[in-house]
Amino acid sequence: MSIDIDTARKVAHLARIAVAEENLPKLAQDLSGILTFMEQLNEVDVEGIEPMTSVTPMRLKRREDVVTDGGYAEKILKNAPDAREGFFAVPKVVE
Amino acid sequence: MSLNQLTISAARDALRKGEVTSVEITESCLAAIDGADALNAWCAKTPEIALAQAKAADARIKAGDAPGMCGIPLGIKDLFCTRGVATQAASRILAGFKPEYESTVTQNLWDAGAVMLGKVSMDEFAMGSSTETACYGPAVNPWKIDDRQLTPGGSSGGSAAAVAADLCLAATGTDTGGSIRQPAAFTGIVGIKPTYGRVSRWGVVAFASSLDQAGPMTKTVRDAAIMLQAMASVDPKDSTSAEIPVPDFEAALTGDIRGKKIGIPREYRIEGMPEEIGKLWDEGTAMLRDAGAEIVDISLPHTKYALPAYYVIAPAEASSNLARYDGVRYGYRAKLGAGDGIVEMYEKTRAEGFGPEVQRRIMIGTYVLSAGFYDAYYNRARRVRALIKRDFEQVFAAGVDAILTPATPSSAFGLGEMADASPVEMYLNDVFTVTVNLAGLPGISVPVGLDAKGLPMGLQLIGRPWGEGDLLNHALVLERAAGFTHKPSKWW
Repeated sequence: MSIDIDTARKVAHLARIAVAEENLPKLAQDLSGILTFMEQLNEVDVEGIEPMTSVTPMRLKRREDVVTDGGYAEKILKNAPDAREGFFAVPKVVE
Repeated sequence: MSLNQLTISAARDALRKGEVTSVEITESCLAAIDGADALNAWCAKTPEIALAQAKAADARIKAGDAPGMCGIPLGIKDLFCTRGVATQAASRILAGFKPEYESTVTQNLWDAGAVMLGKVSMDEFAMGSSTETACYGPAVNPWKIDDRQLTPGGSSGGSAAAVAADLCLAATGTDTGGSIRQPAAFTGIVGIKPTYGRVSRWGVVAFASSLDQAGPMTKTVRDAAIMLQAMASVDPKDSTSAEIPVPDFEAALTGDIRGKKIGIPREYRIEGMPEEIGKLWDEGTAMLRDAGAEIVDISLPHTKYALPAYYVIAPAEASSNLARYDGVRYGYRAKLGAGDGIVEMYEKTRAEGFGPEVQRRIMIGTYVLSAGFYDAYYNRARRVRALIKRDFEQVFAAGVDAILTPATPSSAFGLGEMADASPVEMYLNDVFTVTVNLAGLPGISVPVGLDAKGLPMGLQLIGRPWGEGDLLNHALVLERAAGFTHKPSKWW
């Protein structure tokens, strides 16, 4: 399966990574090379094999649905590039 | 011998006897670190924290309350969140990030009295095999045979370089596809990746959550047992931390493997493998046989498909995990132009913040998870993963106690030498190690010999799930038989 320039542009946008138009051919080529490598997987007979979901056979832990943590908004905001009045600040989203 | 050259076990014994103080060992390491800037192994030095912790450790030792790691100075991989200390995963996108919390592994180590000398470099987000993707520039292998600078391997290359050059007594590493074992092999040290779920992932910057596992990188097998003991715990904060008590790993080091069954997997004899690696493998096999183990030929038929399966699954998980770096909550945010909205903020921030290899993996992951391709790539890879795991289960069910393989397909290569290689060629570094992550098993790399060029080469032992004690014991036998005592000569 080879990736064309339009697909590379679409993938970059889905991944929210800006890629300049002139760099798309190289990206398409790199991604195609990696996907070609993955095509070997088509040789394997996976009939009747379930996709692996858990590395070790274990049930995910459960706990009571109660608040056990929180109350430190200032710590959460401490590393934000832009925080104001107790909130994360971002460019205007709605007019 | 200066104090920074000590092993953990020798330092522990000397500390307990009062022959030396943690402050003295720590100062010796800090001086060695300051004299080793040419290795570019450290991305943050924390001498004040180190000396304060060393003083506290000395008080604890004096009071007779001294766990094995008490007073031992360590390097901490840049992937572990450390409260108030820069934690960047060697990425520009986490520039300036100082966590408000401590990872479970590092907290366990501090609770045991260990000392933090600083943070050590790595490949960006642990994606790489040479530390060349680090935003700090590559770490350099202390082993040198000509004018070239060699890679210490990756992703835990800063950890490996620091331990091999005696800048610390040991370091933490993490291993998603071989990131502890490959750098350990490239620098002549010991590195163990524990069973998935043995060590908490809480507070470790996530790469691929179903594969990531932290472990120690040390000078000896005994040190690995002591340090793993302190790192491992049952942690309610990590939903995949297994509810299995941590046994005494050092007590398992009997040096006796008589009657144990060692599997030699025929599929690991890959085409194009240097003759020296094959020879080393044969020698290692003979060492275990001489120690009384029974050697058996085994087959792990899906080995060939481990690498392609890994390079579907790991990027898929990474694309999801790294979605959190959006320029909002922490780290870097791109400068925005007039009229730029939130989508431009995301796209510019991530384009400027992530390096090329990380971007490539995020995009591959995005692609294999996208509508229309999810079944063909991601689900197929997870099915192949189930088969790889089954291969191991069948071998262990047939009575094999441990599996011996090469650790890497070559010894350390030169920095920049892979610059023109395709991404896939770099991925081949993981060919012997990645199966272990896919199956969630413990694996250890032990230095066994030097190649004709004079560079260290390692062998890997793979153990049964939760059998780290037994695995370490096999590794001890190999270590003793190999008698690897070589050290890099100081040029830095």
